[in-house]
Amino acid sequence: MATQMTKPSPISYSNSSLFDRRPLHFDPSLKRNRLNQLFTTVAGLFASIAVLPLFLVLIYVLIQGGKLISLNMFTELPPPPGLEGGGIGNAVLGTILVTAIAALIAIPVGVGGGIYLSEYSSRGWFAQFVSFGNDVLAGVPSIISGVFVYGIVVSTRFFFDQSYSAMAGGIALSVLMLPTVIKTTDEGLKLVPQELRMGAYGVGASKFVTITRVTLPSAFTPIATGVVLAIARAAGETAPLIFTALFSPFWPEGVFNPIATMSVLIFNFAIMPYEAQNELAWAASFVLVMMIFAANILARWISRMAKV
Amino acid sequence: MTSSYAKPTSADASKMDVCMSLQNVTISYGKFEAVKNVYMDLPKGKVTAFIGPSGCGKSTVLRALNRMNDLIPGCKLKGRVVFDNNDLYDPRVDPVEVRRRIGMVFQKPNPFPKTIYENIAFGARINGFKGDMDELVERSLRKAAVWDECKDKLRDSGLALSGGQQQRLCIARAIATEPEVILMDEPCSALDPISTLKIEETMHQLKRSYTIIIVTHNMQQAVRVADQTAFFNAEAVEGGSGKVGYLVEFNDTERIFNAPGQQATQDYVSGRFG
Amino acid sequence: MLTDLRATDPSPSPRDAFTLRRRPPSERFVDLGFRQLTLVLASMVAIVLLGIFLTVFQGAREAIAQFGLNFLTTSGWDPVNEDYGAFIAIYGTLVSSILSLLIAVPLGVGTAIFITEDLMPTVVRDAIGLMVELLAAIPSVVLGLWAIFVMEPAIRPALSLVHSLLGWSPFFNTIPQGPGMAPAILILVVMILPIITAISRDALNQVPIELRQGAYGVGTTRWGAIFSVILPAAISAITGGVMLALGRAMGETMAVTMIIGNSLNFDLSLLAPGNTIASMLANQFGEADGIQVSALMYAALILMVLTFLVNMAAQVIVKRLSLRY
Repeated sequence: MATQMTKPSPISYSNSSLFDRRPLHFDPSLKRNRLNQLFTTVAGLFASIAVLPLFLVLIYVLIQGGKLISLNMFTELPPPPGLEGGGIGNAVLGTILVTAIAALIAIPVGVGGGIYLSEYSSRGWFAQFVSFGNDVLAGVPSIISGVFVYGIVVSTRFFFDQSYSAMAGGIALSVLMLPTVIKTTDEGLKLVPQELRMGAYGVGASKFVTITRVTLPSAFTPIATGVVLAIARAAGETAPLIFTALFSPFWPEGVFNPIATMSVLIFNFAIMPYEAQNELAWAASFVLVMMIFAANILARWISRMAKV
Repeated sequence: MTSSYAKPTSADASKMDVCMSLQNVTISYGKFEAVKNVYMDLPKGKVTAFIGPSGCGKSTVLRALNRMNDLIPGCKLKGRVVFDNNDLYDPRVDPVEVRRRIGMVFQKPNPFPKTIYENIAFGARINGFKGDMDELVERSLRKAAVWDECKDKLRDSGLALSGGQQQRLCIARAIATEPEVILMDEPCSALDPISTLKIEETMHQLKRSYTIIIVTHNMQQAVRVADQTAFFNAEAVEGGSGKVGYLVEFNDTERIFNAPGQQATQDYVSGRFG
Repeated sequence: MLTDLRATDPSPSPRDAFTLRRRPPSERFVDLGFRQLTLVLASMVAIVLLGIFLTVFQGAREAIAQFGLNFLTTSGWDPVNEDYGAFIAIYGTLVSSILSLLIAVPLGVGTAIFITEDLMPTVVRDAIGLMVELLAAIPSVVLGLWAIFVMEPAIRPALSLVHSLLGWSPFFNTIPQGPGMAPAILILVVMILPIITAISRDALNQVPIELRQGAYGVGTTRWGAIFSVILPAAISAITGGVMLALGRAMGETMAVTMIIGNSLNFDLSLLAPGNTIASMLANQFGEADGIQVSALMYAALILMVLTFLVNMAAQVIVKRLSLRY
């Protein structure tokens, strides 16, 4: 047997003449094998190109922004154009404030809407319309939500005769967060096994109690993950804030006045011809990216906690 | 029981041509051995059935015969699987070439999301078919006993057929490339009795020109279609958590079902366990 | 609780320990109220969507009345003479998004194949997947900053080379001097690559293993299986994802605004500064007044309609082309 092994293999079936039959041994010079090698290389190359920008952006943000990070960065105001030094304290505070306003609006509305879709709607025409509208809203460009809030809040001086305000910026961001929150709530609730609801109804719980005590808590993980990611995304948004929250070189003066945010600061200072401002833009990028990555890690951590 | 373990069993190998030969084959997933020390000579031009309780490794052995296990991460094979004077697990062997000569029909019908015609032509084309494609498609569908149902809708999606027709389309797809061996992994488990019967008829037609190896849960099916039957069993390993499968007995189907050499076989075929 | 009661007073039936056998009316009220509340909150989606449309449409009415459909085809943008046409911005929106898509689709789908096929150990594939997700998390404005100070200076020599080689063509006949359409397209590629990769990866992962086995079973090679069976089975979801990415690219604002040059003059050359609807809005909306606001609202309306159509197409494609696999 062993000696036969090395002999070329005879093809035993007569009807095989119409097919290419080859020895079983791998032949790298075969066209199909060379093509395989080529495509594998190309896919690997594409994957490397896809991750390259991440490294390049991160390296620059870490080096250019990280070297400027000091306590002063968080306690001082940006300098007037032409002067050196200063910090981005007001913008850090502003980003937190505006994002918090957005979250305070979008989370209750979004979770409530998601509860309706998943628990009450029985997927009738209205629910289908709302999910469809939600998909459309998710596709609306972020700048449009800025235009919208400018139209209904800023230009009408809706809040105490104030035009640009932190509140307006928060509303604009909440419009962007809303579809994500609704979608994650709806999908998170759908994953809750039906038996759990039946169990609660079985002991005589009302629908309200079932949802708030049983269904919602068991869908906490996916909802929390989605909400954290939505907040992280909103914190980095700029377009809806440019003409709603505007900018301010001063410390925040309440929610009904214009406010500085890191993202608008980066935009404004990046296109200024002063080096001090450009550097502050890098510093703000560093802080913003770190905050967003921290939120992403938090989201991952939440979803991992649930699996244990 | 342990005496049957690792004992080479072959069904009168002297009388017939050997198509594939397993020599001390052990297959493991990661650290766990799924099936251990299998020796068998599979005869050419016959139908061989693998039977045994779930988890005895019969499907694993079947998939090893055309290196389909390569697709499962962590799956390793020790020993030799000799086909056409080659060890299929020789590092120089190209699994693609192996699968072109040893075709396979799967448990769940899996036609490609293409037309019925293309489902057949695709395999033939990549195998470098030089003849008349229309004729090949018709011949393959006829051999698989599904031509009458398909002849008017060759341009329709293969997914538009019923489950039994899809499975016969998959058989047609496998035989269109003129393999020497066809492996069938519980081809009827997802089908109704009538489709099952049709596929069994198809197998009877096919065994004139192909070597067929079929895994089945259904002992009646083994009796109906197989010339030879191999019975696999699984037993708990000392100190281990899982079970390891092994070949108990391999003989003529008639012998296996009427006068098995092992008590375990007797118990299984008479329905006392499994 | 129950056992306590029994211990102290054995005589009454344990049923008496339940004081809420009958639902109090307040509970019913809460139940109904909660349902109505969630209904109202769900309706907010529709209200906001309608509000956006009405606000933009209302704002645009004056400009629509004044410029009509000429707005789409004329390219003057003259606040002094109050003459507006959005052709440059519409053209720039379409060109930048479509060209960036042409580059990003092969890269994204290729990357998705690379991380779904077992070409590499799982650790490597997971790492690449994670990095692509993190790339998606970087804010647009940070990418814009990076594009201004790092990417554009770095690629300028390459763009100059393109100009010297292909300068005879109207698409490359300007000398690259900083911001322009080409760097904007490249930064858009960076922005939509993660979407395309993520959606393609999900689509490829959903192709059932049986189909893959079937392909290998008739003797295809790995890439034979990918091109002839796996990609066709995933194509509808991938196409849907590509359309979503197109919508995103059209509406993308910050990074593009910072690097495209915001030119008000039409130029076919990709090496020259250009403009998009979104960047025009970002640049001018804050300082505009009168008919200019209305013209910008008109442009915003066009952008909304464009992204709406693209997103609808994405949904239709996913539904229509989806196979039973």
